[in-house]
Amino acid sequence: MKLTNLLTSAAVALGLAASAAMADTTKVGFVYVGPVGDGGWTYEHDQGRKAVEAEFGDKVETVYVENVAEGPDAERVMTQMALEGADLIFTTSFGYMDPTINVAKKFPNVKFEHATGYKRADNVSTYSARFYEGRAVQGTIAGHMTESNIVGYIGSYPIPEVVRGINSAYIHAKKVNPDVQFKIVWAFTWFDPAKEADAAKVLIEQGADVILQHTDSTAPQAAAQAAGNVITFGQASDMAEYGPKPRVSSIIDDWAPYYIARTRAVMDGTWESKDTWDGIGAGMVGIGEISDAVPADVKEAALAIKASLADGSYHAFTGPLKKQDGSDWLADGETADDGTLAGMNFYVEGLEGDIPQ
Amino acid sequence: MIRLEKRPQPSRAWSMATPLVAVLATMLFGGLLFAALGKPPVEAIRTIFWEPLFGEFAFYYRPQLLVKGAPLVLIAIGLSLGFRAGIWNIGAEGQYIMGAICGAGAGLAFYPAVSFLIFPLMVVAGALGGWAWAMIPAVLKTRFGTNEILVSLMLVYVAEQFLASVSLGLLKNPEGFGFPGSRNLQSWDSAHNAELIAGSGMHWGVVAALIAVIFAYVLLNRHMTGYHIRLTGEAPRAAKFAGVNPTRLVLFCLGTSGALAGLAGLFEVSGPSGQITIDFNVGYGFTAIIVAFLGRLHPVGILLAGGLMALTYIGGDIAQSNLQLPAAAIQVFQGMLLFFLLAFDLLTNFRIAIGKPEVA
Amino acid sequence: MDLSAINPVLLIASLMVAATPLLLAAIGELVVEKSGVLNLGVEGMMITGAIAGFATAVESGSPLLGFIAAAFAGAALSILFAILTQFAQANQVASGLSLTLFGLGLSALMGQSYVGIKPPQMGDIHIPVLSDLPVVGPIIFGHDIILYFGIALTAAVWWVLKYSRIGLVLRAVGENHDAAHALGYKVIRIRIAAIMFGGACAGLGGAYISLIRVPQWTEGMTAGIGWIALALVVFASWKPWRALLGAYLFGGVTVVQLNLQAAGVAIPVEYLAMSPYLITIIVLVILSADKSSAPASLGRNFHASR
Repeated sequence: MKLTNLLTSAAVALGLAASAAMADTTKVGFVYVGPVGDGGWTYEHDQGRKAVEAEFGDKVETVYVENVAEGPDAERVMTQMALEGADLIFTTSFGYMDPTINVAKKFPNVKFEHATGYKRADNVSTYSARFYEGRAVQGTIAGHMTESNIVGYIGSYPIPEVVRGINSAYIHAKKVNPDVQFKIVWAFTWFDPAKEADAAKVLIEQGADVILQHTDSTAPQAAAQAAGNVITFGQASDMAEYGPKPRVSSIIDDWAPYYIARTRAVMDGTWESKDTWDGIGAGMVGIGEISDAVPADVKEAALAIKASLADGSYHAFTGPLKKQDGSDWLADGETADDGTLAGMNFYVEGLEGDIPQ
Repeated sequence: MIRLEKRPQPSRAWSMATPLVAVLATMLFGGLLFAALGKPPVEAIRTIFWEPLFGEFAFYYRPQLLVKGAPLVLIAIGLSLGFRAGIWNIGAEGQYIMGAICGAGAGLAFYPAVSFLIFPLMVVAGALGGWAWAMIPAVLKTRFGTNEILVSLMLVYVAEQFLASVSLGLLKNPEGFGFPGSRNLQSWDSAHNAELIAGSGMHWGVVAALIAVIFAYVLLNRHMTGYHIRLTGEAPRAAKFAGVNPTRLVLFCLGTSGALAGLAGLFEVSGPSGQITIDFNVGYGFTAIIVAFLGRLHPVGILLAGGLMALTYIGGDIAQSNLQLPAAAIQVFQGMLLFFLLAFDLLTNFRIAIGKPEVA
Repeated sequence: MDLSAINPVLLIASLMVAATPLLLAAIGELVVEKSGVLNLGVEGMMITGAIAGFATAVESGSPLLGFIAAAFAGAALSILFAILTQFAQANQVASGLSLTLFGLGLSALMGQSYVGIKPPQMGDIHIPVLSDLPVVGPIIFGHDIILYFGIALTAAVWWVLKYSRIGLVLRAVGENHDAAHALGYKVIRIRIAAIMFGGACAGLGGAYISLIRVPQWTEGMTAGIGWIALALVVFASWKPWRALLGAYLFGGVTVVQLNLQAAGVAIPVEYLAMSPYLITIIVLVILSADKSSAPASLGRNFHASR
């Protein structure tokens, strides 16, 4: 590892980085919004990067820059990677959308992959994961397991991604437990462990015995553990250290298969711009092992949902469904289209409260 | 026995030499740190300081230095006026945010009109936004005697929440599929703070920063207000006798620094950044405080200090990517640089004497 | 909306936990400022304490040992600040900001191998009978030992500042360092001791976050609490008991805000999240009638040969 570093730096020193001497290796760049040690979002992307290295060995060189602020800094880091000879660049935050498009215009021969965005170009693909499928599994377990019938939900910011997750979890909890009620707290931060812990404690004090979270730290897990009879789900990464209880299962972002496939496509010359929105079926959304704290029949029900989502026989948003205001949304058997899901800004019927604006 | 003797006058020679000494010391200790992390030290130092200026891709990085340095210099110039007079605005980050919100908001109200008047209007609105936000601590200080350090700092957090609110509500892009963030001003020519010469990095914010440096220099050296500022900072009692009106001075210093921070925010949002988002601010307001002190509160010094900070940011990102140095190591490195710059500043004002103190 | 879902007893109990890191850091900074030094590096010392305490607790299995290590780490980092400001005569504002930057980086480097690890648990004190009392039990008798330490420290600092000779000297140095020097007090030495005390307290506050309140380690986990502690000192107008009150107010507003949300009260969240800061400003204006308390030499460096 150190030797390669030395060689690489020597090469850079001689100005050979992007020239013929290295042409047979594919250089893949990753731009991260947080530190690789965040234990959540960025951590999982970095696991994907490591998987790419493991898969291709000497054939690939990966570089990354962490803690890159959205905006001009991101644009500069991407440009720098492209200048230094990257063939493929993954930009892993929604806020990198416009910078990615800007840089891609300047480097038509470099391929870009932007996570969670909606703007594409000939050399820019987008990819995201259908986390709401994982939420459906969580909701099923939550609905069965709650005894107080109060499920607490810690949201980050009120954006479609988070709203989608709340709706999906609620629909499936309600399906198995008509009395279930959701208490939603918006933390208004992506990352503030102390605040997340407080939010979890507040929800528990107000009677919630299941905590779902859409923030990345394990703080709510620890709060639930301290409180005793509360269950939680890992978010972004498995958080297995909090199993078997409070953490009874998890949604895992597994970017490795996608990153490997796209790197291979660049190597083969078969890369083309596309929009990928994969779920459990393609392995982009993983469901962490359901622990023994969950009774066998509940586990079975959850796995059945997971299987039907994976093989495509069931869609997490299948009618009949109404919006919160009572208006019709999906007719019986109708499934939600991706456009509506992508911009989802309403609660489904039964959820209380308003989405903050 | 080693002791310090205050020089009768700051040494000119040392004031030029200390930054160099400090940078050299940082290179030495930073190199040791990088070596301890198993990275090639010489290569890392070279990457941070040399690569952006004279490396293979310097044609790209040099303009980026302007882009990164301009907001720092613009804000720091404003802050330095107050700091010299002992008026502590440490909430420039909030004023920067409010300037960006007001400026972008004023522009977006006319979307998608085409007019050469829109951008100037945004500039005015941006400056006013920052000014108004700084006026809160200023007025509270002059009316009630509240501490401006605290009020301006508190208002940073208020501004951050307000930023989240408008990103999700008022200024949200109606065509953005429900995602937070405003329209991108880069794709609307009337509001775009574009590069004046393509590829040069020169945008109106850079121009404004340079004008601010000249303005501050003239103000401090040639103008009565500048004299009052210096007098108040160096000899508050004398200032009182000289008829300096402290209320007006507080309003002037906080107002100017707020307006400049607001301008920096406006130029950033309409140019390099392009849009209002939840995470729009990246700490320029706080870094500028360091820049102001590194530049010894002198306009030209601030210009150089802003450039140096920008260099370590850009070089640090290159080192991360090329050598896989962790971001944390770069941060420690920057911290070291600041420590050494501050520590060696000692030699400007003091002489190290060996031997017994002379009894006066 | 269902306000009855909010349990005031639990709310007060969790408010006390949320306030403790703030209180610890603020009490330390209060002493530093009383000696006439403004150290803006609280956030950096807190996060360094957070990782030092966390790592020590994980390696040794003892949270208490972790807290001791955190205090040492915070004090060690503050020595850097002391060298800069007391020996090298550097500007205190800039030195403090640099210290924060340095501490954030250093902690992230130190913590690289501690992400995703669970620290050993620090149990709450359980006093038979007393802890089981309704209302008073959970509020007064059901906490961890560091929380009580924070309150005891507040009392101790109050007593020392007000009644002891050390406190008198400290205040003299903070009010007028030239006069204190003329009286034969070692200004620099006293200030360095105060700075180190402040560092140790900030370290403890940081460790309280990483070992008890959250408990885990992630980069940047103090998320601005050090800055709030700084605000708190001024808010308290340099009086220990007011700092305690302020810490509960600051910690409390966040907890109450989240409670209201969970109870379904429809108030715009961003504006609720702003409220602690706005309330501070308002309280500050109200308290501004009392101008007696700021140390006169605050932020000014001292050099003996003048």
